[in-house]
Amino acid sequence: MEANRNETEYVTFTTARQLFGLPIECVQDVFKPSRLTRVPLAGPEIAGVLNLRGRIVTAINLNNRLDLKTAADGKPPMAIGIESGGESFGLLVDAVGEVLKLADGEREPNPVNLDRRLARISAGVFRLDGQLLVVLDVERVLDIGLEAAA
Amino acid sequence: MDELLRDFLTETGESLDRVDVELVRFEQDPNNAAILINIFRLVHTIKGTCGFLGLARLERLTHAAETLMGKFRDGMPVTGEAVSLILSTIDRIKGILDELETNQQESPGDDADLIGRLSQMAQHAAAPIPEQVPAAAPPAAAPAAVEADAAPAETDKAASDAPERPAGEAADRLASHSIRVSVDTLDRLMTTVSELVLTRNQLLEIVRRHDDSDFKVPLQRLSNVTAELQEGVMKTRMQPIGNAWQKLPRIVRDLCAELDKDIELEMHGAETELDRQVLELVRDPLTHLVRNCADHGIESPQARIAAGKPRSGTIRLSACHEGGHIIIRIADDGRGLDVSRIRAKAIETGLAGEADLAGKTEADICNFIFAPGFSTAAEVTSISGRGVGMDVVRSNIEQIGGTVDLSSAPGAGTTFTIKIPLTLAIVSALVVEAAGERFAIPQVAVLELVRAGGGGEHRIERIKNTPVLRLRNRLLPLLYLREVFALGEADRDTGFVVVMQVGSQVLGAVVDGVLHTEEIVIKPMSSKLRHIAVFSGTTILGDGSVIMIVDPNGVGQALGRAVQGQMEAIELTQSEEIAVDEKVALLVFRAGSQRPKAVPLPLVTRLEEIDCRRIEISDGRHLVQYRGQLMPLLRIDGDGALKSEGTQPILVFSDHGRSIGLLVDEIVDIVEDRLDIEVGGGRPGVLGFAVVKGATTEIVDVGHFLPQAFEDWFHHRNPAKAGAARRVLLVDDSPFFRDMLAPLIKAAGYQVTAVGSGEDALAAFKSGNPIDLVVTDIEMPDMDGFALAQAIQSVPAAAGVPIIALAAMVSDETIERGRTAGFNDFVAKFDRPGLIAAIKEQSAEATRAA
Repeated sequence: MEANRNETEYVTFTTARQLFGLPIECVQDVFKPSRLTRVPLAGPEIAGVLNLRGRIVTAINLNNRLDLKTAADGKPPMAIGIESGGESFGLLVDAVGEVLKLADGEREPNPVNLDRRLARISAGVFRLDGQLLVVLDVERVLDIGLEAAA
Repeated sequence: MDELLRDFLTETGESLDRVDVELVRFEQDPNNAAILINIFRLVHTIKGTCGFLGLARLERLTHAAETLMGKFRDGMPVTGEAVSLILSTIDRIKGILDELETNQQESPGDDADLIGRLSQMAQHAAAPIPEQVPAAAPPAAAPAAVEADAAPAETDKAASDAPERPAGEAADRLASHSIRVSVDTLDRLMTTVSELVLTRNQLLEIVRRHDDSDFKVPLQRLSNVTAELQEGVMKTRMQPIGNAWQKLPRIVRDLCAELDKDIELEMHGAETELDRQVLELVRDPLTHLVRNCADHGIESPQARIAAGKPRSGTIRLSACHEGGHIIIRIADDGRGLDVSRIRAKAIETGLAGEADLAGKTEADICNFIFAPGFSTAAEVTSISGRGVGMDVVRSNIEQIGGTVDLSSAPGAGTTFTIKIPLTLAIVSALVVEAAGERFAIPQVAVLELVRAGGGGEHRIERIKNTPVLRLRNRLLPLLYLREVFALGEADRDTGFVVVMQVGSQVLGAVVDGVLHTEEIVIKPMSSKLRHIAVFSGTTILGDGSVIMIVDPNGVGQALGRAVQGQMEAIELTQSEEIAVDEKVALLVFRAGSQRPKAVPLPLVTRLEEIDCRRIEISDGRHLVQYRGQLMPLLRIDGDGALKSEGTQPILVFSDHGRSIGLLVDEIVDIVEDRLDIEVGGGRPGVLGFAVVKGATTEIVDVGHFLPQAFEDWFHHRNPAKAGAARRVLLVDDSPFFRDMLAPLIKAAGYQVTAVGSGEDALAAFKSGNPIDLVVTDIEMPDMDGFALAQAIQSVPAAAGVPIIALAAMVSDETIERGRTAGFNDFVAKFDRPGLIAAIKEQSAEATRAA
């Protein structure tokens, strides 16, 4: 009972064969991106902009953002809608999984050998059965401009 | 933040701004009891609320101020000193409020200094007043006095008290009819309405396609209601510009004291409304300009008197609507700009050389004051003259799509004219296409549209690899939007040129297509995209897709500065203009003779090489198995023997599922060239001759060969059996298209009359020749397709004649415009099967209708 209080729900998804989790309160909605408009001169991490019920959503290609190779299975990506600084973003990922309830106590800091590309945006990991769930730090994922400058 | 506290802060802020204005008015007109009562009530309300919220420090301060004002109300003479004291109290209150806003609590502090002076002034005044008979005001209380005379004030007050009250009540009643709504709520409402508009547009589009839908009428109503709703929501965002002026009387008053000048501020048109977002953005530039007028413009009283002007200077602020813009003028009656000093300063600061200035008008020179780092104030004062300001003013105004202009007359004053859009939320934009993507260009920057290549009179040329366009007497530097946006190589020679004004320069942006104009709702750029200078925002189009809004300034930067200089140096005279004809891609080949032959590339379906052994002969005709069908093969020149070995190149022409192959000896080249065709080759199968790449070339008439291949061609295609429309009037200003399309339509079994202009087409109607159907080009000089369609409808003999439009670009917008103009169908210019199908369909429909 005591442990229950310290659980967090994560929306899980995979992209480039890696499992990720986002705290459920960060996630506004999950949608199939359609009519994505390319933005000329934008970096590779910007997939484009789209209209989601009257809001303009900036779609972030998470694979490009993380320098992960896209699994070319031709399946259309899914988008996870998040909000930051009053703006709407959509993280394009390969597939959205289930919602997992995980005990905060089991969240571990990034293992030293974690892929550097993942470590940059990770807020810790969970060791699940046979795979590693990387908890995404939304702010760091969206911190696109600064990193480019650095 | 506590809701109550937030409301208090907003309300009090507004009240204080009003107190500022009222006090300055009161100082000038101390006998006006109405103003005084108003001030008193405002301060009283603030005091009451402070007490309610437990804001002790504010309460004490407002109480002291109220007490002093109570004395004024009771007849104490109003002095400049007293007003200054109350104004500084209000400043203190504002300071405390600011802290309250950030820290959510009153900062600790003691206002004993102010409270002491306030109550001292109130007490000093208290004693003399009751005894005061017509005598002068007591010097102790009002040493710098006194424009006011206590006794008249007293009587005035008594007199005006009674009539004033009902007015006050009316205002109160009015207040209870308005409610405070947070800006967020309004913005959300605006978004929702935009969404509604989009959905409405989609529905309208669907209904348009189903002619007799039951939805039509209710949807029309929905459409109207939506438009009203949109307008209503827009209105909620509008605020009178007076809100941005509220602080100005106070500022001018303070400046007068500081500069020892006498300035009156007149304000006209304060009720003119504009979007609150724009309002926020012009507030600072306006304030700066007024300060500037007070500091630089208006002379000292001595200088004014010496110049024979009234001692007191005037700054006149006015606002009015003009089109979709609001015009704000700030005029002073001061000394005017000193052109010689600006000239000297411009040279001194290196902004311009002597030679540059020699050719400039005074107005041009005056504009230097907007240059960064420019200030002519001999001395740097605390008000202005620090060399920052006017450039910032201009850039702030330009940022919101406005312009600022100035005119000045020596000795008579300076006028600044600011023109800004009413709202930033909605602007008119031109939607263009580049590399298959759509972009919006704000209409305000667009000067004109020019079609380059493709038959127009304009042609894209190159000077040292810089693309330019001759436009009237100028060479216009061009850039390809496609390349600016890194969307790939552009087609160098054809396209639409959007002529844009960027700052003081004019440039042309080449796009692939111009679709339509649309009122767009501007949505800010994502913070992740803001660094891209060529875009200023995003918007959602009527069809729900998101497109980027082009920033003309950003695009202008993409154009090298060196190029501009070069361009500006080249002026052309009219006589140098070159007549340019339409450019067409031609497939050049040899067949039979050595003389090259050519056929318009768009007509050719495919180029093939077939094995000669596969050619069969049946009934004396050559055939080949091609894509599951037997395809007839034709020779252009007579019946010489066919090759029996090797491969044979053929040009395949397809139409309505039937194909023919034209046997050729050799495919030479594909040339894109303008085509001056000498019509009349004399021989069947030859349209005429043209010089292509320096060689005289036969232009082959494909229409001639199609019926040859199929004996049943006419029977098969002839729709006349049903007694349907048979006489087609073809209108196209280009002889090439006339010659290309006429045989095609003929081949499909119609009689064709081809004319070269809208006027000729109308003449054909009026001459009484029966015409069953019109096929017309849209882009023609003098009378274009739209105008022709409308003109035809007014010819009685032409009633109900179907009209098919030929368009180089078919967009939803042109189709819509065409439908209203009276076109029955639209076909792309090179879409031959489409054209024949449309002719067939329209004539069949005309028959049904008849």
